[in-house]
Amino acid sequence: MWLPIDVMTFGLVTANLIFLMIGVGFGISLELAGFGDSRRLAAQFYFKDMTVLKTMFTAIVVACLLLFLSAALGLLDFSEIAVNQTYLWPGIVGGLIMGVGFVIGGYCPGTSVISASSLKIDGMVFFLGTAIGAGVFGESVSSFSGFWNSSYSERLLLSDWLQWSIGATVFGVTVLALAMFYAAEKTEEYVRKRGTGTPVSWKIKNKKYHLGAAALLGTAFAIWTIGQPDVARRWELLKNRYEPLLTSRDVYIHPLEYIKTWNDSAIKLITIDLRSKEEFEKFHIFDAQYAQVDELKTSEFTAPLLQLSGNGVVVLISESEQSAEQGWKWLKAQGVKNLYILDGGLKDWPLLFSSLKVAPHESLDLAKPPLKILDKFPKDTFTPKIKLQTTKRSGGLCG
Amino acid sequence: MKKIHEPKPFINPYLAGFMLGIVLFLAFALTHSGLGASGAISRLQVATVGLFFPSHVDQVGYFAAMGGGDRHPLDHSSIYLLLGTFLGGFISAKFNGRLRLEIFKGPRITNFSRIALALLGGAIMGYGARFARGCTSGQALTGGAVLSAGSWTFMFSVFIGGYLVAYFVRKLWN
Repeated sequence: MWLPIDVMTFGLVTANLIFLMIGVGFGISLELAGFGDSRRLAAQFYFKDMTVLKTMFTAIVVACLLLFLSAALGLLDFSEIAVNQTYLWPGIVGGLIMGVGFVIGGYCPGTSVISASSLKIDGMVFFLGTAIGAGVFGESVSSFSGFWNSSYSERLLLSDWLQWSIGATVFGVTVLALAMFYAAEKTEEYVRKRGTGTPVSWKIKNKKYHLGAAALLGTAFAIWTIGQPDVARRWELLKNRYEPLLTSRDVYIHPLEYIKTWNDSAIKLITIDLRSKEEFEKFHIFDAQYAQVDELKTSEFTAPLLQLSGNGVVVLISESEQSAEQGWKWLKAQGVKNLYILDGGLKDWPLLFSSLKVAPHESLDLAKPPLKILDKFPKDTFTPKIKLQTTKRSGGLCG
Repeated sequence: MKKIHEPKPFINPYLAGFMLGIVLFLAFALTHSGLGASGAISRLQVATVGLFFPSHVDQVGYFAAMGGGDRHPLDHSSIYLLLGTFLGGFISAKFNGRLRLEIFKGPRITNFSRIALALLGGAIMGYGARFARGCTSGQALTGGAVLSAGSWTFMFSVFIGGYLVAYFVRKLWN
């Protein structure tokens, strides 16, 4: 899996140049579609010219098919692709507001850029308007931040929602888009022929449209048939990238770093205990959850871990390094970020504290050691290894 | 005889969509994330406010996230994407004879009302786009392609919002 490439590794200048080039491609496509013309965009809402719907859904389906086909073939690691966070209700309310702005002003933010670049005055003014609107929002959001941050999921796919496989969802989306294209063609034909007495035919005459539709459906069906790689195959594909982290022991954290992280309120720490059930019941860390290594392969187990935002850290505890590493591989292959292993497990846990001089009246809870215990150790007892990797790689271009 | 200034017709909508889809896929493959515009517009706005009232940017949390303290709001890849979009639109308009200073409007309204409504519509759009955490490109197009559930509900609500008011403002466009 060599995709996605991280252009940031090429240096800032090259990266920004690539962003510029992608923008140029974006701008040319939008301009060629006629999205710099407010009349054409507004016509969508009067059923006269459905270009907006056709172009938008073609782009969505083409990009979606290419993404999931590459993922199915093992060329692209989908867990590294930024997925827009879901804020269900704020998104719906914001969307309704935008629809109103669209019909009144004739553009959306991106298309107003195209319009302005081709010297249309209404596009320039609209662009100025969006900046003002964004400013007003920034000034007012603090009064309704509760609602604005509600109904949130970090990474909720349509397939999770429908409980379909990725392949079935991709196929469904393709069929939906083709149905909308058909409806759009026929609506335009109806509006065009209205009053002329010519009947609207049910057929699509353009042969190229038949071919195009067949190509999209065929690709979608292929994606569904191949299926997305399972966890074991994903690890094989990702091995070269992640195995070195295990060999170099960069993901093994010292117990004291674990305690420090655990007491850090800015971090949401999840501890997964892979030891035997008996061991777990005898003693375990205060909020650790018990799991068997093989459970870590299942998406039911991983789903909540993928919902963690940038400040989530997952730590595995096991008796043997072998099973800890196995668990680490399963989770890593599914895209769990900020994933570590507690060095030494819990074998030497009591020993670590036994040498400490604890005053008789303050007994030490081994299952929940407090932060102040760190003061009793020399500062250089451990090298910190946890580096938070946020899921949003390039900051989310629209967010 | 065709005049030189006669703009060329727009290309087939599906073909344009195909091109856009390829660009969108390339954006994912090269940068991990898709396309967008409103985030960069928001950054331009914060930079403008920062020119005149720098302390205000630090005080409003929403602005500070982009331009507070040592952060410069324009020091972000989305700005390059926006510049590129502008450049791409310019190039394409130039080569297709569509680069002309003019106002696009419905046949029945004056230039003044068109401009006033473009400003109003833009402001509503800008407000909504920040509310929804992304515009038609950043949420609908980008999120739609990666099957984000929230992006799909968002997308349909934009169309619904548009169709709900379209009848009442039909004089603007028809």
